[in-house]
Amino acid sequence: MSAFDKVCAARAKGRPTGMDFINNIFQDFVELHGDRRFGDDKAVVTGIARLNGMPVTVVALEKGHDTKEKVARNFGSAHPEGYRKALRQMQLAEKFGRPVVCFVDTSGAYCGIAAEERGQGQAIAENLMQMMTLEVPVVSILIGEGGSGGALALAVADEVWMLENSVYSVISPEGCASILWKDSKKIKEASECLKLTADDLLQLGVIETIIRESGKDFSKTYQKLNQRLWATLTKNRQLPTKELVTKRYNRFRKFGEIFE
Amino acid sequence: MLTKELFRRPKNELENYNKHFKAVLPDVPNELCVLCPVCKQTLFTGSLQENANVCPKCGHHFRINARQRIDMMTDEGTFVEFYGNILSKNPIQFPNYDEKLKQAQLASAEKEAVVCGTAKISGFDCALFVMDPYFMMGSMGTVVGEKITRIFEYATEHSMPVVGFTVSGGARMQEGILSLMQMAKTSGAVKLHSDAYNLYLAVLTDPTTGGVTASFAMEADIILAEPNALIGFAGPRVIEQTMRQKLPAGFQRSEFLLEKGFIDAIVNRKIQKATIARILSLHTKGESE
Repeated sequence: MSAFDKVCAARAKGRPTGMDFINNIFQDFVELHGDRRFGDDKAVVTGIARLNGMPVTVVALEKGHDTKEKVARNFGSAHPEGYRKALRQMQLAEKFGRPVVCFVDTSGAYCGIAAEERGQGQAIAENLMQMMTLEVPVVSILIGEGGSGGALALAVADEVWMLENSVYSVISPEGCASILWKDSKKIKEASECLKLTADDLLQLGVIETIIRESGKDFSKTYQKLNQRLWATLTKNRQLPTKELVTKRYNRFRKFGEIFE
Repeated sequence: MLTKELFRRPKNELENYNKHFKAVLPDVPNELCVLCPVCKQTLFTGSLQENANVCPKCGHHFRINARQRIDMMTDEGTFVEFYGNILSKNPIQFPNYDEKLKQAQLASAEKEAVVCGTAKISGFDCALFVMDPYFMMGSMGTVVGEKITRIFEYATEHSMPVVGFTVSGGARMQEGILSLMQMAKTSGAVKLHSDAYNLYLAVLTDPTTGGVTASFAMEADIILAEPNALIGFAGPRVIEQTMRQKLPAGFQRSEFLLEKGFIDAIVNRKIQKATIARILSLHTKGESE
C-alpha cells in the first residue's frame, strides 16, 4: 500500500471510531461530560471504565458514524473545550491513580472563529505541558487520522501506538500539497513526502509499535489492544512516579537529529 | 520576488499588514526611506531605527530580526550566545529542504530560526531565546525545538528566569512528524522549568501562529505581546477558507487576545525592556524588602 492508500484507509467510511474502541476494549464505561469552563465538546468522549477489572480513564476523539452524528461531533475536530475536558479527566485520573488511555482520530483541531476566540493554541499547549508530567501511566493509540497539534494534544504518552492503517502527520497531505505545489490535488505526492504511515513512524522512532489489522473485522484488533494495554499499563503502574515521568520526558526529549 | 509581491493581492485585510518589512533589514543600507504600511507615511530609515523600528507617526511595529531585538532588549555586551552551531538535517529527506535551508541562512544571516543565550536585562540575569522571522518565518523544526529545550534545561539547572520572544509561522512542514514532536519536547522543558519555581516570560510578536502558539508561546507565566501582532493557532487564510466568510477586522490581533483573556499585557516595543526588567525585579529569588 502506498502512503496515499494509507491516508484513504485511515479516512475510510465504515472504519471503527473512538466509541467502537471504547465499547469493545473496556467494560463498565461511564461517560463523563464537560470541561467545567465553557461547554461539552462532543468531538471528544471522556469517561471511566474497567480494563479487565482495573479502573482506567478513557479519552477518545470521536468522528461519529452517520451524517447526523458526524455533524454533532464536528467530524472529530475538537474545540478548546474538548481538550480542556480531556485534561480535566486526566487530572482526575491522576488524583485517583488510574492509568489513562487515549484514542486519537482527527483531521486536526477545529479551525474557526470560536475556536480561536476560546484559545485553541492555549488549550493544546496546556495539554502538552500537563500530560508530560502526569503522574499516572498514559498510552495513546492512533486509530485513524492523527492530524497535527490536534492529535498531539492527546498523544503525550509513555507509549504511542498506531494501527496499521492509521496516519500521523504535522500537516494534512492537502495542506502540504497546496503549500509545496500550490495544488491541493497533489495529495499522493505529498503523502509520500510527509512520511506519515505507521511503518515510517516506527522507523523514525516516533511510535513504539504497530497494531496489525485484519480486514474489516476488528474483533481481533480489539482483543490484541486489550491484552497489550493490560500488559503495558500494569507494567508501568509498578514504576516509581518519578521514573515514569522522567521516562516520558526522555521519550520526547530524544526526537530529532542535528548536526553539531 | 519584488514583481511577484507587486501583483500579489492580499487575500484579506489581515494579511495586508507588514508586507514591506524587507525595507528595514539592516543589510539594505541604500534604502533611505521606508513607507509605513499602516499610515502610509514616508519615514527616514535612520529615524525609524532610532525609534526601535516603531513608526513615529502611527506606532506600527516593523518586523525586526533576532539580533536587532537582542541589541534592543539586553544590556550592551552582556549577551552570550549558546548552541549557535547547531544545524538542521533533512530527517525525512523532504524535497528541496536542503536548498531551502541554505536560502534561509542567506536571507537571515542566521544558522537557524532561533537565537539562544544568556544576557542581562537592566542588570537582571536571564536565559534568552529570540526567534527570527527571516529564517523560514521562524518555523520550528528539530533545531529550533532542541535549542528552546536546551535553554529551558539550562535555566532550570541554574534557577534562572527565561525571557523569550516568539515569531513563527508554526511547525516546519519539511521535517514532518519530527517538527510536531518538538511541540511536546519544548512543552516538557517548559513544564520542568516551571515546576522548579522559575519564571518564564514570553513576548509574542507578529506573527506567532500554529505549533509555536500551541506550545511554548502560550505556556509562559506572563505573556506580553507587541501591539497589533497576529497571534493564533490557525492562520486567518485557513479559517476564511474553512468558514467561507471574511474575518472581522482585528481578529487574532494582540488587542483581541487581551480582550479574550489570553495574554497579560500589550507592551510597546519602546518600553518593553523597562517592563521586562520591572517584572524580573519582582521575581528575584531570596530577596524581599
